[in-house]
Amino acid sequence: MVDFFERLGALTLSVLARLGLATLFFGAVFARMAQGAKRGALLVREIHFAGVRSLAIILVSGLFVGMVLAVQGYEVLQRFGSADALGSLVALSLVRELGPVVAALLFAGRAGSAVTAEIGLMRATEQLAAMDMMAVDPISRVIVPRFMAALVSLPILAVIFSSAGVIGAYLVGVELIGIDAGAFWSQMRASVDFRLDVLNGLFKALVFGVAVGLISVFEGYHAAPTAEGVSSATTRTVVISSLSVLTLDFILTVLMFRGLN
Amino acid sequence: MNRSKTNVAVGAFVALGIVALAFMALKVGNLVSFDSAEGYRLEARFDNIGGLRVRAPVKSAGVVVGRVEDIRLDRDTYEAVAQLRIRPEYRFSADTIGAIVTSGLLGEQYLSLDAGGDSLYLKDGERIIKTQSAIVLEKLIGQFLYNKAAESSGDKK
Amino acid sequence: MSHPVDAPLIELKNVRFGYGERVVLDGLDLTVPRGQILAVMGGSGNGKTSLLGLLGGRNIAWSGSVRVEGQDVGGLDGSSLYALRRRMGMLFQFGALFTDLSVFDNIAFPYREQTNLPETVIRDLVLMKLEAVGLRGAAASMPSQLSGGMARRVALARAIALDPMLMLYDEPFTGLDPISAGIIGRLIRRLNDAFGMTSLIVTHDVNETLRIADRIVLVSDGRIVRDITPQEVRASDDLFIRQFADGLPDGPVPFHYPAPAYAQQLLGGAVGGGGAHG
Repeated sequence: MVDFFERLGALTLSVLARLGLATLFFGAVFARMAQGAKRGALLVREIHFAGVRSLAIILVSGLFVGMVLAVQGYEVLQRFGSADALGSLVALSLVRELGPVVAALLFAGRAGSAVTAEIGLMRATEQLAAMDMMAVDPISRVIVPRFMAALVSLPILAVIFSSAGVIGAYLVGVELIGIDAGAFWSQMRASVDFRLDVLNGLFKALVFGVAVGLISVFEGYHAAPTAEGVSSATTRTVVISSLSVLTLDFILTVLMFRGLN
Repeated sequence: MNRSKTNVAVGAFVALGIVALAFMALKVGNLVSFDSAEGYRLEARFDNIGGLRVRAPVKSAGVVVGRVEDIRLDRDTYEAVAQLRIRPEYRFSADTIGAIVTSGLLGEQYLSLDAGGDSLYLKDGERIIKTQSAIVLEKLIGQFLYNKAAESSGDKK
Repeated sequence: MSHPVDAPLIELKNVRFGYGERVVLDGLDLTVPRGQILAVMGGSGNGKTSLLGLLGGRNIAWSGSVRVEGQDVGGLDGSSLYALRRRMGMLFQFGALFTDLSVFDNIAFPYREQTNLPETVIRDLVLMKLEAVGLRGAAASMPSQLSGGMARRVALARAIALDPMLMLYDEPFTGLDPISAGIIGRLIRRLNDAFGMTSLIVTHDVNETLRIADRIVLVSDGRIVRDITPQEVRASDDLFIRQFADGLPDGPVPFHYPAPAYAQQLLGGAVGGGGAHG
């Protein structure tokens, strides 16, 4: 029994220590954002690494998610004779929820884990220490550009994901199943509000970008400098990012859409 | 990777994002609809608004002409008061009839405006006098059953 | 700098340092005059690498003072510390080259970060440093394509890019074949003399150390136990020095980690020396 409390206490303390470490780290990252923003070339490089290289998986996933939504949505809607509403069903699901959320989950798996592994290896091979000894701040030089790349890339990826999804739904719904194209688009446009739906969705993606970006760089920067340490940091990035994205999504959805429709 | 190649790739990536956003704005969403601050306000009172919600479209002859901006209950008369925002280019005569209609059998409810023949037009802040409340399915069915029952009891006599 | 030229470049007084509850340096005193190559030797886990961390300001001493060129390293704020580090070079154990940059870009890194020199000047400087370590031909290679010895030399070229006054070497010979180790050793000596640097080498390699160092200190139990020259090491019959120089497994530094008596532990069946779990 005492053993149990001892373990619980130790766990609590280690979690608190980790949170404290994370808070200090986030403070340091934010304090150096302005400096980091001046290094355009570095940022471009990291957007290429995180954003451009995630494009393929985002496009393909978006297309398939849209196609599946169309098939399943049609199945349900046609029972009530409302197959024409397919466009609005698909577009609203994508723009409000699936676009930002699925893009963020894919981004955490594709780019977040890679960033963690990269920074973790830089730490394990003393590259960060070497930089620090060369009087170059590793947080401004290595961490901030990677964090900002996530911040910039994820909203772009989310809107591309949603667009690909709408196109996928169009291909299945209109071209394959044979819903009237006019009804598909007009229902969609009647129900999707640019500001309330599209921009809110983008804002969600931005918040997810901050979360996934911070978690990835934090886990990498504080990874144990061993092969095992880097691999478990990579896993933690994906797990913690995914849970954070889903939790944040719930909170944001309640805040944004409560009272609307 | 070559620096200029990277720049081109990132530039294309951002451009694709902008195209996707434009697609969202013009094709998927209704950015062009109008800003909620634009247009003039009308008020309509109903005994029952049914499933009408804030942001529901206001249509005339099937064309979207505005949106429901606010719905509240009048504390004295217990009527539902719907605040509408109508696009400035559309004008409606003073005897316009406002009705709450459902698109399709189970579709969303919207407010339909049927223009009358009056030469006076409704101005900002004015009220649509003639309204027709939402059809509540339960009431309809109840009424139907009552009528049937009344009919059959009449037949027996 | 107000610091006089003839004063020692490095002065450590009564330094205590450790990690958590483990004390690794306990009352260490060390003075290094300018121009000298000092080798710090001692068993693993004796705080030799921590010593480099203290000098570079990456570790902060628990107590005592660490002075480089008269400045208290532990008490410097961020920008003064970076100003001091610009005048230091450090060669990490496995080179710590930036794996995503080519050899050329690795060496250009300190110039691009710390100076406003035009790219043509940087190019010439990089080639000069590469020439100094004999690897001008490898400028376009990536670090992953280099052998261990070559990577170490590139890292050395990068460390001396800004012509530091003080060079810190963390195990520069570890994992190298004798020829590569010899090349690194000779480079350390040559660079030290040619550029008027002061060097501090943390190492296990007795042969190379005896060949290039001006002075050797042996660290044990967190403090300096011998302070001698290579000649003295060769001639000495001090048991402690002989154990290091000849690599004897047992001597004043015991082979065994402290443990209860062997027979007693085997018979008692207890792990960790106690009987608490019995």
